[in-house]
Amino acid sequence: MNVSFILLAIITVVGTAAAMGMRNAVHCVLALTVGLAGVAALYLQLGAQFVGFTQIMVYVGAVAILAVFAIMMTHSPEPAKPPTFSSFWTVGSVVAASVFAVLAWAIHSSSLAAHTLPPQPEVTVQQIGDALMHRFVLPLELMGLLLTAALIGAVVIAMNHREEIK
Amino acid sequence: MVGKGIIKGMVETARNFLGSYVSKQRLTTIQYPEERAPQIEAARNFPFLVFDGTDAEQGLRCVACQICEKECPPKCIFIEKSKDKKPDATGKMQFYPATFNIDISVCMSCQICVEVCPFDSIKMDVVYDLSNNDRFAGLLLHKQQLAKSNEYYNTIHPTEAAAVDAHFAEERAKAAARVKAAAEAKLAAEAKAATDAKAKSETTLADTQAQPVGGGTR
Amino acid sequence: MNLKLDQLDQIFVILNNWLLGYLPPVVRPLCSSILAIALILVTFALLFAITTVLERKGLGRIQNRFGPNRVGPCGFLQPIADGIKSLTKEDIVPNPADHVVHFLAPVLLVAAAFMAYAVLPIGRNMILVDMNAGVLYFFAIGSLMELAVFMAGWSSRSKYSLLGAMRAIAQMISYEVPLVLASIVVIMQSGSLSTVSIVNMQATYTGIWPHWFVFTPWGFAGFALFMIAATAESNRSPFDLPEGESEIIAGYYTEYSGFKFALFFLGEYIGMFATSAMAITLFLGGWSAPFSFLTWIPSYFWFFAKLLTIILTFIWVRGTLPRLRMDQLMNLAWEFMLPMTLLNLLTAGVWHFMPAGALRWLICGAMVVVPCILLSRGLKQRKKFQVRKYRFSE
Repeated sequence: MNVSFILLAIITVVGTAAAMGMRNAVHCVLALTVGLAGVAALYLQLGAQFVGFTQIMVYVGAVAILAVFAIMMTHSPEPAKPPTFSSFWTVGSVVAASVFAVLAWAIHSSSLAAHTLPPQPEVTVQQIGDALMHRFVLPLELMGLLLTAALIGAVVIAMNHREEIK
Repeated sequence: MVGKGIIKGMVETARNFLGSYVSKQRLTTIQYPEERAPQIEAARNFPFLVFDGTDAEQGLRCVACQICEKECPPKCIFIEKSKDKKPDATGKMQFYPATFNIDISVCMSCQICVEVCPFDSIKMDVVYDLSNNDRFAGLLLHKQQLAKSNEYYNTIHPTEAAAVDAHFAEERAKAAARVKAAAEAKLAAEAKAATDAKAKSETTLADTQAQPVGGGTR
Repeated sequence: MNLKLDQLDQIFVILNNWLLGYLPPVVRPLCSSILAIALILVTFALLFAITTVLERKGLGRIQNRFGPNRVGPCGFLQPIADGIKSLTKEDIVPNPADHVVHFLAPVLLVAAAFMAYAVLPIGRNMILVDMNAGVLYFFAIGSLMELAVFMAGWSSRSKYSLLGAMRAIAQMISYEVPLVLASIVVIMQSGSLSTVSIVNMQATYTGIWPHWFVFTPWGFAGFALFMIAATAESNRSPFDLPEGESEIIAGYYTEYSGFKFALFFLGEYIGMFATSAMAITLFLGGWSAPFSFLTWIPSYFWFFAKLLTIILTFIWVRGTLPRLRMDQLMNLAWEFMLPMTLLNLLTAGVWHFMPAGALRWLICGAMVVVPCILLSRGLKQRKKFQVRKYRFSE
């Protein structure tokens, strides 16, 4: 547990907590971005360079921008409503506490806490590429197919919309 | 060819860039306070008063006839006639303006004052940087500021000034001829009167009062 | 003689080591980084200042006028005057604006722009951090700049800003795809994501000719596509619709004044330099000399010479081409550049597997040139002139 891990953990937790707690939607998205950047920094701290930078590029660079676009196009700046107390709070906190307890018990009783870890492998981009092309080529192709289907679906939806206007 | 338009455009701008160091045509900027743009001869801005010779007071052509003051559409000329007279360009005694003010914040450069002046004494100047800190008094030009020499007039409007000078020369020649003719006539009349008087004084002395002949000579 | 030239080439490294010798070994890595970061900040900020005056004078000469020529000799101290002006201007923040986000937007932009310099090799052995996944880091940081643009546009709570921000983000994400794809060919050929190894691969010579990637068909096409995408990423003419001065005032930084405006300007230009520097690293051989008999000139000199050439080309293009309309911009990105980059990938693959010789030049050249011509002919918008119908006058 070194200093950098604690710092990054604090940033991530505060960012994601603020993403849940803030009232302005744009502030929520920006706080979420901070949380995701914290996760990316944690990846980098663990030595997984490729995953860390891909996390930044995909989550911060694409997913956050997507959320931002959604807000820009649909949201009207409404005045912040004061927080109200409802009965959902108690039920919600009970559920959250129980989920936390289950996760903490699972992590604590796993091999991570027992410190019986194999030595950390030095994963280079080359190895990731090799694995993707040899061992995991079928999942790769399936994901490619899925993404292509999503892209074509988006284009079809957008195209239909344009023809309606005509 | 694909991209031909872009390449032609870039060649043209490169030509502009490099040409701006060598040819004036590709760098048309005139750096204002140090260089001025040349003006055409018929440029006009605000009026000024012309004087002949070197003395602005004595050589001033304006005789305070106040025609320009009456004809000026926005009434921006303010003239006060003098009490005494001074000789003008052809030697005749004329009034002169004691004060001659033009309010250039009002003047619209219509040139009507120039067109109606019978004495070619008010002409259009080409000076344009007359801005001032004082909105009222600074833009009311008085006679000393308005009086500029005939040589200056020749430099700013050469053809006009040449025509005016030729006209004046003609007038002066005619006036001189008239004076000479009058002087000769006077001399002849005096000679004739002298011989007449001599003849008359020889005949009768008492009846006729010798009338002065050739009374009001010019 | 050779030893002295090598020393000149490595002078910054030598100075760095000498200075660090005075410090205890505990703080040496930190101080080394701080020293290098300070040098990068100073150098590229200075380059920014020079670029602003070069751009104004260059554009002026192209447009038949002087640029600024009053401050300093031939106007070259103009950035000082500009700096004083932007520092002393009143910082106006509109009342309905989101103050925190409004403040953080230029900060994020400048921070992201400067962070990209960490993986650019400026000379031999002169790189801040030699990362295994350097190119990936560069593109990841580039995507942070879009977030800063959104923050600027949204927080100003003004319709011009929001419109400008939407257009800017749409443009930036559209052109990020060809940008990354155009650089993937280089990664394919060099087999590594590390910028240092990419440059080292290009720093070798056959005879006098260098092995720069730009001297291959796929490299030339990749370079051209990368430069077009880089121009669009930095919102520079002819892709400067988001900041179109004559159309939507200043787009997403309309509501900024004084130093924050200067920071946006700075961030944009620094981003432009970073992308140009990445293009130099990937395609133009980084710090290597163009001919083998010129290697005695220090490596950082070549880097900055190439960077200046690219900057001057940017200025030249800005003075020449008219602005692209939003739909033309988008069509260019998705309908022309994306297919071209994908075909370029194919071409690079073919190049890799064919034996060296004239045949592979011919085939790869044809694979690049023919689709380019066909695509541009096919995508040209043919205007159909019709009789005009007036809806309201009859």
